[in-house]
Amino acid sequence: MSAFWLLMIILALAAVGFILGRSRAISSVQGDRRQLHSLPNYYGFNVAMLAFVPAVLVLGAWVIIQPMMISSQVSTHIPAALYEDAGQLNLIMSDVKRVAEGLDVAIAQGVMTADEVSQLDTETTDVRAVLGNVGVALGSDVDPSVLKAAQEMRAKTTSGNLFMTIVVLIAAAAGFVMAFMQTHGDFRARNAVEGGVKALLIAAASIAILTTIGIVLSLIFNTISFFGMFPASDFLFGLTWSPEGRGGSEHLGILPLLWGTIYISIVALLVAVPIGLFAAVYLSEYASRTTRAFAKPLLEVLAGIPTIVYGLFALTVVGPLLVNFFGADGLGWMQGARSVMTAGLVMGIMLIPFVSSLSDDIINAVPQAMRDGSYGLGATQSETVKQVVLPAALPGIVGAILLAASRAIGETMIVVMGAGAAARLDLNPFEAMTTVTAKIVSQLTGDSDFASPEALVAFALGMTLFLLTLGLNVLALYIVRKYREQYE
Amino acid sequence: MNDMTKIERALEMKDMKISAKNVQVYYGDTHAIKDVSVEIEDKTVTAFIGPSGCGKSTFLRCLNRMNDTIDICRVEGDILLDGEDIYDKRVDPVQLRAKVGMVFQKPNPFPKSIYDNIAYGPRIHGLARNKAELDEIVEKSLRRGAIWDEVKDRLHAPGTGLSGGQQQRLCIARAVATEPEVLLMDEPCSALDPIATAQVEELIDELRQSYSVVIVTHSMQQAARVSQKTAFFHLGNLVEYDDTTKIFTNPEDPRTESYITGRIG
Repeated sequence: MSAFWLLMIILALAAVGFILGRSRAISSVQGDRRQLHSLPNYYGFNVAMLAFVPAVLVLGAWVIIQPMMISSQVSTHIPAALYEDAGQLNLIMSDVKRVAEGLDVAIAQGVMTADEVSQLDTETTDVRAVLGNVGVALGSDVDPSVLKAAQEMRAKTTSGNLFMTIVVLIAAAAGFVMAFMQTHGDFRARNAVEGGVKALLIAAASIAILTTIGIVLSLIFNTISFFGMFPASDFLFGLTWSPEGRGGSEHLGILPLLWGTIYISIVALLVAVPIGLFAAVYLSEYASRTTRAFAKPLLEVLAGIPTIVYGLFALTVVGPLLVNFFGADGLGWMQGARSVMTAGLVMGIMLIPFVSSLSDDIINAVPQAMRDGSYGLGATQSETVKQVVLPAALPGIVGAILLAASRAIGETMIVVMGAGAAARLDLNPFEAMTTVTAKIVSQLTGDSDFASPEALVAFALGMTLFLLTLGLNVLALYIVRKYREQYE
Repeated sequence: MNDMTKIERALEMKDMKISAKNVQVYYGDTHAIKDVSVEIEDKTVTAFIGPSGCGKSTFLRCLNRMNDTIDICRVEGDILLDGEDIYDKRVDPVQLRAKVGMVFQKPNPFPKSIYDNIAYGPRIHGLARNKAELDEIVEKSLRRGAIWDEVKDRLHAPGTGLSGGQQQRLCIARAVATEPEVLLMDEPCSALDPIATAQVEELIDELRQSYSVVIVTHSMQQAARVSQKTAFFHLGNLVEYDDTTKIFTNPEDPRTESYITGRIG
């Protein structure tokens, strides 16, 4: 029985459990619901929960663990002569899986019976042709030991599945019966169900945290294996980036990429911070209620535009426009439409709503008493904003700017389309440059071997980026929190 | 005879710092102040008393046009400061507020140093020619605010780090630093403990030498202690306005009597 149908059965059992549990609870107090400790539905939910949750947990664990165990057992039967290292063993095992799946298909289509399959022999039957007939194409003729392993795998999977069905059904039934037996008017079903809800919430929170930890660990391990192949000092302090170096010489220095990232981010922040901040001051201090209600959502629409669209905008509008002024026909500083300036300007526009929206909230959080105090001393509105409101909001605004900076550093699409792909250490903002993120994309989308330094460098780049943005975020949160303490 | 009355009235007028006639205030559709007329004398402490929501704070905020910062608020009638209409179009509310200072219910020092808090007003209005003069203004104001001795060693510490009572005296000193002619105080002691209250009250009594002080208070004892004139507001109306001693010993209106004896409010 497949896992899907098993799940359906458990669900049905839970539904039945809900109804039975509920009615048993009511009948245990002779139909007088006031005698029940909890509302009748809680008793139903309690039975459904105990029938469903343990069984599903067992099912999930089984579905994950069984294939791993079987393939590790089967792989011990592959003769050592067939492979030299773990990589080749992996390839053979995937052949084995494919043959085993093919045999399943053959049985399902009625070409062979289960008995015939277990008697199958490479000397009497052309397994490749048989499987080809049922639609499973194999790359080469089937080796006898592979076929044997596939047969063994099939047999173990079948018996494992049967065993799984039994265990899961027993778990479901046991939970059902246990919950059903304890269902009684005095049973505190509400507390039990709420305990279950709490466990669900904890599980959700742990999944988020565990995933983060998993991502960080994979970054760390891949980075370490990269540094095993490539010297760390060349990566960290190298001034050239040319992964396909001629004559076997490779240069994977991060500095040109880091410089491109920081340069583009600085240009973006130079655009976004003044415009965003002024917009926030206007919206929170000067705009009338109606203007604000109208302008603020419009500004925030900018934040909803996908970055690829900004990239298009950079490539087709901003780039050519800049070339008109700074290109060969104008000042002659710019060679093509792609440059630090193009990407920086567009990224700045993207960050405006980010800065303005956060700053606006922070400026609004400055107590009205501050403004009243200033007006009461005969200060004008702009003096009040400049000398009282902004200084009071400054730590929060700095936090907002740092958050915007970490977004700028992590931005990819605009850079890929607007800044080009040349890794260069240059001061001219009209030169094409590239960033860490853009290079991660190009390193992993090529056809290079995944275990080579050219591909693994992506993890080291990702790690650098992660540390950079993590540092900025921590700094921003620290500053924002410090600011909050002042008024609460 | 006729001339004599005129001169006498003119003399009387001279002592009047603020005179409000038939003031109406609306918040949207709500009629918050109904036809209030008050003459506030110079170098006197005038107290506004009355139950919560009776309009005394609203009326106080009319006197330096602080209500301008509230969109839906509308003021009608005449309010004259030294005989000039403060709601006249030619009057700059910012200039007016420099002349009519205000102290708020909750201490609201700026998140700056103590020194910068006091120097804020003088700097904005260009009252000091140089640093030495500014130092002098700061010291004088802090002395007037009766807080100099407590803060003189830490003028560059943040004003928000002071205790509540100190903060409020700092705010009074800040208001005094711009040399206003009238000082409006909106329940200046409601967030303070009795000791700080006593200090602030003492301070108000001293400020009377140079300014006209208008104070809104919920405490009738406080009104009786610090003021010479008292106005009793009720439901947006000015019920009675007279010498403080008269209001508290022999009020004319039965509502005033009920309020000060604690039967309403």
